[in-house]
Amino acid sequence: MADAAVTHDVAVYEPSLFGTYSKKIGMWLFLLSDSLTFGALLYAYSYGRISIANWPTPFHSGSIVNATIMTAFLLTSSLTMVMAVSAAARGKESARVGWLLATMACGIGFIILHGREWTHLISEGLTLPIFPAVPGQDATSEFAGVSKTVPQFAATFFGLTGMHMLHVTLGVVYLGIIALRKKFIPILYACWLAAWLLTPSYSPFHYASHVLLVTALICTLILWLKPKVYDAADTEVAGLYWHFVDLVWMFIFPLVYLMSTKIL
Amino acid sequence: MEDAGQLAIEARVAEQHRHHSHTQFFVVWGVLLVLTAIEVYLGYQNMEPKRMLSILMCLSIVKAALIIGYFMHMKYEVSRMKYLTMCSLVFCLAMMMVFFPDAFRILYLGVH
Repeated sequence: MADAAVTHDVAVYEPSLFGTYSKKIGMWLFLLSDSLTFGALLYAYSYGRISIANWPTPFHSGSIVNATIMTAFLLTSSLTMVMAVSAAARGKESARVGWLLATMACGIGFIILHGREWTHLISEGLTLPIFPAVPGQDATSEFAGVSKTVPQFAATFFGLTGMHMLHVTLGVVYLGIIALRKKFIPILYACWLAAWLLTPSYSPFHYASHVLLVTALICTLILWLKPKVYDAADTEVAGLYWHFVDLVWMFIFPLVYLMSTKIL
Repeated sequence: MEDAGQLAIEARVAEQHRHHSHTQFFVVWGVLLVLTAIEVYLGYQNMEPKRMLSILMCLSIVKAALIIGYFMHMKYEVSRMKYLTMCSLVFCLAMMMVFFPDAFRILYLGVH
């Protein structure tokens, strides 16, 4: 696989109607459609929150602290992302890669903390019918009754935050490819293998880890078919996606966590 | 085949990014963190849910505007791009609110 930019012939087309380049407009259109997906999920959660009088409030101060740190991670990752875009525009390649890696580190921190939160809630009995049963779990678990009395809570919570976690994971992979190109592919396969082997078979993450395998295969195919050097425009477009992921969390955090805080 | 116009626009956008000060990004980041801290504080005030939801959503919209405007660079796009994307998004999301009266009806009638 060649690791060099593919050169193209150059032609002149009509000027852009929106004053910017096509890749960026394409990403904005994708983000607008994705906003509606998240909008529908957030409205579904809000609908349940309003219409069900005994809506559970399962988030203790520990969960709120965890979610606040997750928010700080995402906000910081947006800062490092704009620094990466700025470095790319200035042609500073090593700074661009460094800032992108810092952004990825914040994203990975977010995923780990979110995974910890999910694992805690599942172990306490908040679950979905499709999740495998946790061994040794009994009826005395804190949320054992919640999934039965208000099934909408678990469904909308896992649906909304799971969709967001998927977006963050794909965002980290996207940034990895933009930063390291084909060098990131073996890392991605290693991450899949580690996630698959290190998570217990009753954890939803054991099965969700295969998302990484599918992503790694698609990335391998893309980089094999169209190897190129990612420039300032590619970094900016990747940044738009990353900021969008951050933006969505700015609505999930207050709506899901702060509106369901357990005040003692 | 690449478009020379596209390459020229990419170069112009990169030029714009070179002129943005890093201080501005740090200020926006600081404001976002402060707004988050305010939200967390409000989360622990035993407020009526509807009132708290309104305040939290207003703060979230301010945070979203800062992210879109400064981090996503929308503030510096041409008006056509700005208004077409944002107005269509707000319109579509607002249309989804049509379901909320039904949620209140269920709550007040006690229908489950």
